[in-house]
Amino acid sequence: MSYKFHQFQVVGRALPTESDEHPKIYRMKLWATNEVRAKSKFWYYLRKLKKVKKSNGQMLAINEIFEKNPTTIKNYGIWLRYQSRTGYHNMYKEYRDTTLNGSIEQMYTEMASRHRVRHHCIQVIKTATIPAKLCKRESTKQFHNSKIKFPLVFKKVRPPTRKLKTTYKASRPNLFV
Amino acid sequence: MPFKRYVEVGRIALVNYGKDYGKLVVIVDVIDQNRALVDAPDMVRGQMNFKRLTLTDIKIDIKRVPNKKTLIAALEAADVKNKWESSSWGRKLIVQKKRASLNDFDRFKIMLAKIKKAGVVRQELAKLKKETTC
Repeated sequence: MSYKFHQFQVVGRALPTESDEHPKIYRMKLWATNEVRAKSKFWYYLRKLKKVKKSNGQMLAINEIFEKNPTTIKNYGIWLRYQSRTGYHNMYKEYRDTTLNGSIEQMYTEMASRHRVRHHCIQVIKTATIPAKLCKRESTKQFHNSKIKFPLVFKKVRPPTRKLKTTYKASRPNLFV
Repeated sequence: MPFKRYVEVGRIALVNYGKDYGKLVVIVDVIDQNRALVDAPDMVRGQMNFKRLTLTDIKIDIKRVPNKKTLIAALEAADVKNKWESSSWGRKLIVQKKRASLNDFDRFKIMLAKIKKAGVVRQELAKLKKETTC
């Protein structure tokens, strides 16, 4: 499964000066499509929090963080701050996914579709793995059933490869499961 | 017509699109409305969209997300492989695969066998016709 958004740990600090020999080191975990963007995002956030810019700072480390257990399903809660056409708002969203990167990708696509918020207007404040008891949204809680059972109601007939796709078919498909 | 094949833990499904096309996998857990966590003895447990799966009639008795050993043992106990290969769907797939892997000599042999079979059928038909008409 390839994800568009990767999670990076970026560590940086201001450059040492005569007045401040050992400036404080700051570490951020953020999501970006690649390392270059991750570093850029790091300076963007750090500028808003501390009086340091990329020109008077240095990057100490950037590492990609991978999912520890990509084969287990988890409920992710994502706190975000986004810019709508009229102002900034906070939001809390829940997703069920196997990896954090997957749920972040789900979040970005859902924000784009439901609220028309583009990726650069979203700031992820916090993410957490939520145990099933503490989930708030019904749409995630409905899957917290160990005896879950539902039929697939509509069977879409697809050719097994895109090569075999044709515009016209000889007969109507049978859509019953 | 009520539904007979449900998405549930332990349902065997056939992959009908993508890299694992043609494999039988077990639905081990349901992620959300569109995706399931699937597992098979020869693949890493991963997520798959329901659009890539076709449910079968076979269901095995497992708990949610078993570990690989338990899964393989449950598959053996339910004898999924034999049940699948003796079902009409499974047999059709085996025949399809065999037909696709024939070489020219095999196709020649099949042609001869078909001619022979048609000859025998026609003889029997002629015999039956003779009995009924005269």
